[in-house]
Amino acid sequence: MTGDKIKKTIKTIRIDVDKCNGCRACEMICSAFHATPKYSSNNPARSRIRIIREPLRDLYVPVYAGEYTVAECAGRDKYTIDGKEYDECSFCRASCPSRDEFKEPDSGLPLKCDMCEGEEEPLCVKWCMHDALILEEREEEVEELEEQEDLEIGLGSLADKYGLQTIMDALSRMSKKD
Amino acid sequence: MRYAETGFNLEVDLTRGNIEKVASDPRDTELYLGGLGTNAKILWDRVPPEVDAFSPENLLIFGAGLLCGTPAVGCNRTIVSTISPQTKLLAFSMMGGFFAPELKYAGFDKVILRGKSSNLVYLWINNDTVEIRDASHLKGKGSLETAEAIKKELKQPKAQVAAIGMAGENRVLYASIEQGRSSASRGGIGAVMGDKGVKAIVVRGTKDINIAQPLEYMELCNEVMEYIQFRNENPIPGVMPILAGLGSPQEMKVHDEKWHTENFMWGNSRTRRRDFWNDEVAREWMETLDQSRTRLISCYNCPMTCGATISMPGLPTYMMKCFTKLTYTMGAFSNLDFGLRIAQKATEYGLDGFSAPQVMAFALELLENGILTDKDFPDMPTDNEGRFFYLLDKIVRREGIGDILANGTYWAAREIGNGAQDYAHNNIKKIEQLPLKLSMLNPIYFLMYCTGEKINITQIEGQFPQAPYPKKEHREKFCEDWIQVPDEKFKQYFLDWEPRGENSMPFYPTVDMCCDIVDWQEKMHYIDDALGQCSGLSAFPLKPPYHIHNYPKFISAGAGIDMDEDKLSKAAKRYRTLVRAINIRRGMRRKDEKPPEDHWKKRFPELEKELLDAYYKFKGWNNEGIPTKESLYDLGLDYVSKDFVERGILTDCEDSPDKDMPDEDVLAEKEKK
Repeated sequence: MTGDKIKKTIKTIRIDVDKCNGCRACEMICSAFHATPKYSSNNPARSRIRIIREPLRDLYVPVYAGEYTVAECAGRDKYTIDGKEYDECSFCRASCPSRDEFKEPDSGLPLKCDMCEGEEEPLCVKWCMHDALILEEREEEVEELEEQEDLEIGLGSLADKYGLQTIMDALSRMSKKD
Repeated sequence: MRYAETGFNLEVDLTRGNIEKVASDPRDTELYLGGLGTNAKILWDRVPPEVDAFSPENLLIFGAGLLCGTPAVGCNRTIVSTISPQTKLLAFSMMGGFFAPELKYAGFDKVILRGKSSNLVYLWINNDTVEIRDASHLKGKGSLETAEAIKKELKQPKAQVAAIGMAGENRVLYASIEQGRSSASRGGIGAVMGDKGVKAIVVRGTKDINIAQPLEYMELCNEVMEYIQFRNENPIPGVMPILAGLGSPQEMKVHDEKWHTENFMWGNSRTRRRDFWNDEVAREWMETLDQSRTRLISCYNCPMTCGATISMPGLPTYMMKCFTKLTYTMGAFSNLDFGLRIAQKATEYGLDGFSAPQVMAFALELLENGILTDKDFPDMPTDNEGRFFYLLDKIVRREGIGDILANGTYWAAREIGNGAQDYAHNNIKKIEQLPLKLSMLNPIYFLMYCTGEKINITQIEGQFPQAPYPKKEHREKFCEDWIQVPDEKFKQYFLDWEPRGENSMPFYPTVDMCCDIVDWQEKMHYIDDALGQCSGLSAFPLKPPYHIHNYPKFISAGAGIDMDEDKLSKAAKRYRTLVRAINIRRGMRRKDEKPPEDHWKKRFPELEKELLDAYYKFKGWNNEGIPTKESLYDLGLDYVSKDFVERGILTDCEDSPDKDMPDEDVLAEKEKK
């Protein structure tokens, strides 16, 4: 571990639920952008952003697909904000067994937002003319530690899958090649 | 592979409970595009003129537009077509919202209902799994109530629901089909749905819609987005607020209702209140709207906020669409608070917001004038607002006088008799119109009122300014970036149009210019209605983002149909003519094509005749308004021509009208018996 400081760009999407008009253009354009070939089809059920939308209760929550999770939460809470009751899941980004959100409709494979890598800004932000979604970028100094952590998490998963011994064998074979 | 469309229709026989997924013919898409165009083709082929609106043989078609479900901004309309019980002609009411894209994602372009179910049912379309389900527990429930109950029982919060309320169940002839923030209201299509025993259609889709040339298509969509942004930042100067921007129009955003309340008529389309709007009214109405309007909302994939969620104290929440905001208020000579309250009930009942208030005001006028008496209104409250709530309930339940009023002013007046017909004064082709009464004949509007077969002025007007600009420099300025004109000559028409003098109404625009202008305006609406594009971003406002120059590109890149301006114009003319053919076969003739007698004070019978003669000719119709054999052949509608000859509507040797067509009054008499 080096402990060196490195600069990192953090992308944040600021979500103003009060500005959302519920049109779902974000879902549409996300699914179109991620089609192969690009824009060749669209289908909001494949989108990596979803609007949790209940007009009669005035609930509009755009949520981005985050990590896949193998198990659902043991307990789920309810939040009351400004007199409106929200399910905890309304704010959760996980592709989770408890719900259909953030899964490919055909295969059930999890989806995750990639901030439209390669575009100027995520297309959901571009298509939201009401500024319910605003992109903010900021630079942060972080310790390199984080990368180390990522590496260990990755190795840990591999070990979970193949067994620690197999991974150690593979590593020693790889190191002998050099 | 089919692009933009799915290539499949869902055929449901309600009598037998049979459900089929049927592939559509891609050649029909080329000829009639989709939405209204292909709906009209199906209705021509399968619903002969002998079939009554409430016959099991009548079809009720929910058609998603050709480009619905693609990234085209604001393209989300469902075109609902059937035979109207009110007009006995083709009804093609439309709704925005979220239904059409969801249907496309489920893998269908249309749902075609035929037959009748013996008990109340709803249709549940979950991609390829389609079920007819019992709805007896939903009988009498409101349209929004029904939608919520179904989504809950199916555990499908993302399903889209189009439902009728009590008005549709009881076959009120101006019942609507409600879909959350939108509705298909005109022509009594909700009554046809009720007659078929269908409470709701519920749809959930998770499949792809494909695009023929993805990159080209996205570029077109991006251009439209940029133009919308430009237009939002640059409203058109010199016109009233609702005409300055885009949208359908954005009534729920606007506080200043001076223009509508002082120019439109109050009561049974009778009274103009020129000094109605003042500071006190403005303050009171603003307070009402600000307290009840929780959010401005949109339809699928559209940045315009034409609707709003409304929560009136003590009443369930509902969603309001544009002009119903004022129709009840003005029908009852009341205030916005009353208007928004009664609209909540009317939305749950599922009623057309243009017709319903006028029918109620008409009933009270008959009472005031002794044609109806107190006995016809047992236990009616004495206060004005109370009477409207009373009438609303009577109508949707078809109780007492409500049973007659439920047929609309035209049919009710005939049944009541005793001079009641003079009070059903604001109809065209038997259907209640916008409450407008004006002074000087407007030749453009004259033609639109006469020949518009959606029978609703807002669905044919647009594009060309409604009135001349007083100053030449303003006209020149307007023309500078007027890219939407199909031909430069339209700019000249407008530049030379003066409020007074030689080049003013009614003799300018000239007859020929009027034909051009009306044809352009109508064409753009017809294209919208086939593609599923909301006219709020297209045919209705001035300088819209969609126009005749970019539409062909959208169709080429989106649907993969080789398209140019001429081919598109011809396709629009083809199904527009087919719509007319359906109505001609049902007895519509020149005598039916007239505005309400009292629409304008200053009328010019000779000019009006000249206008209609010229426009019929321009459209390829004979003097009775019947498409000629020649024009039918030219459009590839030989089968229509053949049918007309067989029925004696056209003769073999020449395009002359059949003099023996039964008069509509005779037909109506026969029906009553």
